[in-house]
Amino acid sequence: MLAPSGPRRSSSRRATSLRVVLYAMALTVACSATSDAQERGGFEAKVEYCKTCHGLSAQGYRGWFPMPRLAGQQPQYLENQLRAFIERRRTNPVMANVAHVLSPAMVASLATHMKNLDPKPIGGAPKGSIGLGKRIYEEGLPESNVPACAACHGSDGKGQNEIPRLAGQLYEYTVGQLTGWAKVRGQGSAVDTSAIMAPTAHNLTRSQVEAVAAYVSYLQ
Amino acid sequence: MKRIGLKTALLAMLACIGPAMAWDGASVRNCTWCHGTSAQGYTVAPRLAGQRPAYLESQMRSFRDHTRDNPFSKQYMWGAVAALDPRAARDLAAYFAAIPPKPANDGDANLMAKGKAIYMDGIPEANIASCYACHGPNAEGVGEIPRVGGLAYFYVKARLEQWGQGYHSGIGTPMPIVARSLGPNEIEALASYLSFVR
Repeated sequence: MLAPSGPRRSSSRRATSLRVVLYAMALTVACSATSDAQERGGFEAKVEYCKTCHGLSAQGYRGWFPMPRLAGQQPQYLENQLRAFIERRRTNPVMANVAHVLSPAMVASLATHMKNLDPKPIGGAPKGSIGLGKRIYEEGLPESNVPACAACHGSDGKGQNEIPRLAGQLYEYTVGQLTGWAKVRGQGSAVDTSAIMAPTAHNLTRSQVEAVAAYVSYLQ
Repeated sequence: MKRIGLKTALLAMLACIGPAMAWDGASVRNCTWCHGTSAQGYTVAPRLAGQRPAYLESQMRSFRDHTRDNPFSKQYMWGAVAALDPRAARDLAAYFAAIPPKPANDGDANLMAKGKAIYMDGIPEANIASCYACHGPNAEGVGEIPRVGGLAYFYVKARLEQWGQGYHSGIGTPMPIVARSLGPNEIEALASYLSFVR
């Protein structure tokens, strides 16, 4: 009666060790799959991922949210904003998670890549107040304490260093940022480099915002 | 019991056909043969009720230009829209967009939470984009971006698979790239979640 229990016990032990081996193998496969995915999820895949929302040539895209143009953007500005999303200095329902998984090296490569893209502006902004927009952009509104945009963003709207390019930016995005500045930007206690924009955005009326946004959206 | 049920069903069907007949019986009926009498979708034909009118128009254009090229589109829709002029397409789009949509509710309810998480946040480390960014918080769509909330499980699953296989829905849309990053588990979860969104 005892005889059968011997082999059975040893077979169950064998089964256990087999299970361990299988588990280890599965783990190895899983790990190598992850590293494969990371390899595939390298730079090219990440660029493609950015462009699924920001437009296939990074010219911006009109989704549920207006997704800003990244093409030609100043690298330092992009890096600052990605950090701002992570640190919740800039509120955004999607970008905090997107930015969180990017390594500093990846951020630098992406920023350089975007800087070198030069698609045509996406267009589509109303053209009625472009003249007013140009005047505000180049001369500001001294009576309302609005400095000339060109003073910092450049007369061609290309920006420099941490000051963003505005040329070709999606109209709805610029309108959204300028009208929602106080709610979205400069959150938390950390000092925001774009602090100067808070009073400027505040001092612009809705129609002035629309005029400037339309003007810069057509700058090449 | 059974007979009353049948009568009620017939009455309900007639009630649904009613408004369609009032507009332009023939062309609407051409659509509803397959898309269901109240345009809520039927087997492989997707729901048209409540769909974004600009999206419906863009798809009818894509069928006509043969740029939406998945098998069922080729088989049914290329012929169906061939003789449709742009004005008729716009009228049909407006008509179907105005019908209140009903969710299909035919996905796996156990996958809802997973599907919703992918819908809202994507999976950034796997380069899976957030659906929410384009399709909106309630999957209602905007402009040419379709309402995907409440579409049938089978339809959403099939479309996501087809984009991943290299089919198109038009020129310059991001969906083939989006779908390429999705695995079968993510597709199942998304299609399940969306089927319950109202």
